[in-house]
Amino acid sequence: MTSTTAAAGTGPALQPRAREGQLDVARIKADFPVLGRQVYGRRLVFLDSAASSQRPRAVLEAMDQYYETTHANVHRGVYAIAEEATRRYEEARAKVARFIGAGSASEVVFTKNVTEAINLVAQTWGRRHLGPGDAVLLTEMEHHANLVPWLMLAEERGLELRYLPVGEDYLLDLSDLERLLDGVKLVGITLVSNVLGTINPVAQVAEAAHGAGALVLGDGAQYTPHITTRVRELGCDFFGFTGHKMLGPTGIGCLWARRELLEEMPPFLGGGEMISDVRLDGFSTNEVPWKFEAGTPPIAEAVGLGAAIDYLSAIGLDAVRAHEVALTSYALRSLADRHGDDLRIFGPADVALRGGVLSLAYKDVHAHDLSQVLDQSGVCVRAGHHCAKPLMRRLGVPATARASFYLYNDEADVDALGEALAEAGKLFF
Amino acid sequence: MPGLEDLYREIILDHYRNPRNRGELDCPPALRVEGFNPLCGDEIVLYIKVEGDKVSDLKVGGQGCSISQSSASMMSAAVKGRSVAEVRSLIRTFKSMMSIHEAHLDAGGGDGEDDDGAGALDPSTIGDLGDLAALQGVVKFPVRIKCATLSWNTLAEGLDQAGGAAG
Ligand SMILES: Cc1ncc(COP(=O)(O)O)c(C=O)c1O
Repeated sequence: MTSTTAAAGTGPALQPRAREGQLDVARIKADFPVLGRQVYGRRLVFLDSAASSQRPRAVLEAMDQYYETTHANVHRGVYAIAEEATRRYEEARAKVARFIGAGSASEVVFTKNVTEAINLVAQTWGRRHLGPGDAVLLTEMEHHANLVPWLMLAEERGLELRYLPVGEDYLLDLSDLERLLDGVKLVGITLVSNVLGTINPVAQVAEAAHGAGALVLGDGAQYTPHITTRVRELGCDFFGFTGHKMLGPTGIGCLWARRELLEEMPPFLGGGEMISDVRLDGFSTNEVPWKFEAGTPPIAEAVGLGAAIDYLSAIGLDAVRAHEVALTSYALRSLADRHGDDLRIFGPADVALRGGVLSLAYKDVHAHDLSQVLDQSGVCVRAGHHCAKPLMRRLGVPATARASFYLYNDEADVDALGEALAEAGKLFF
Repeated sequence: MPGLEDLYREIILDHYRNPRNRGELDCPPALRVEGFNPLCGDEIVLYIKVEGDKVSDLKVGGQGCSISQSSASMMSAAVKGRSVAEVRSLIRTFKSMMSIHEAHLDAGGGDGEDDDGAGALDPSTIGDLGDLAALQGVVKFPVRIKCATLSWNTLAEGLDQAGGAAG
């Protein structure tokens, strides 16, 4: 596995945050200013990184530093700071390419978030290649971001949508995969479920999909922040992820696709930057990836995302994943010991098959009430349907409370959750 | 900073644990109306029986959090047997108690009820709400206001439909 150089260019050299694969969580926590604050006089216990992570000082400083020293529009000015801005924006793209194992930086398109990346594929590749009677295969555990763009296109183009079911073990049921793939042009699959934590066997699905002549779109929103991503080894043809879930700023995400796909796809949004020539009676498009980046892009956000990648790479994603596996096993064990049958966790029991996302039901306390009571202890969890309503129907619950872990969480955070659950039990029963 | 005791008053928890008027009514003669809170997936089903100018019976179904369920339970107890005009006035009073923030939250979300708009609540009318006044604390937790008003918006819609059918 190649690793990128960590130097962000500024600031003191990073003290090691991991030794022999063990994270120094106390030191990591200290890198995140927001984790130092209190709510209701209690320590902030942030367990909602699956919705959006927090940012280390290195990311905030990189963005400030960019604005304080460099900002100008990219790909336009010929003066020094404009060239610098362009260089820093394109450097961020190269960092992303290395981070996800892309063939080259030209395969990386900056978008607003993963939702936009998926819509881009649906509206360009999808509109060109999918028509009446064509099938798209999704899974029952997709986020609305990988459902609604296809429902929209299905309505417009008369597509058939099929779904890989979720089994009783919270894993995808692949027993009918061959039959479901018949006539399918695209498979859209999340690498990790944002509700169940399930890690899907995407390489296996991709192999079968390619055998059936279908392309594969991977939603990496819950994967790339936590597990070393190698898009080509995963067998994806399209792949998206979102910056704000991996220590980066909001407003930036990426679409990766194989170069030849990007070349032949029509443009998405029209405007400046995405053209090579414009006449009053027509236009021709810019080269990839800029063909898909109409208008002034999120430049400071790209710089921030680059700094987030540097931060994560310096620690090493393998160490991050090992930490999350250990913390998730601790959580599953300690919460079950403490709360027994009062607590239900929707997701695979085997930590090798799951990420650090715990969807909880505690006694009969509604998820909203649960997260409200937890909030009073400074514990932040998400309550609701997590933008996966079809999956919630499948689970037979209107909502769950979801706790999710990242590199800055530790056993004390899990213990705070266990304690706060007990408080909620006392209040309602 | 508001505390949980502002939100989860004992009366509220009592209605949550022992909801009044749970069940269904035959439709017709009763009318069935559904309401959804798209934010959290809470849903409420009301069975409303209007006889003459009276809400003669009301049953509540559906599922949701303690605030939406207790609000529906208290509402059912408060409106059963009252005249349609009284019920409409109660809806107005309740919604204005909740309106401090809802005015913003509801922007553009027409719910079929003619808005009293005024927003300001005459403190003397809170007394008319009885147990329902316990829900006042919800206003301090803006995201939960939708939970409290779900059943009331659904009731208002039901009365509009009943009125339409009768008239
Ligand atoms: C699996 C998955 N896909 C897509 C998204 C959408 O991410 P964004 O809102 O950044 O586009 C999320 C996050 O909410 C997610 O968890």
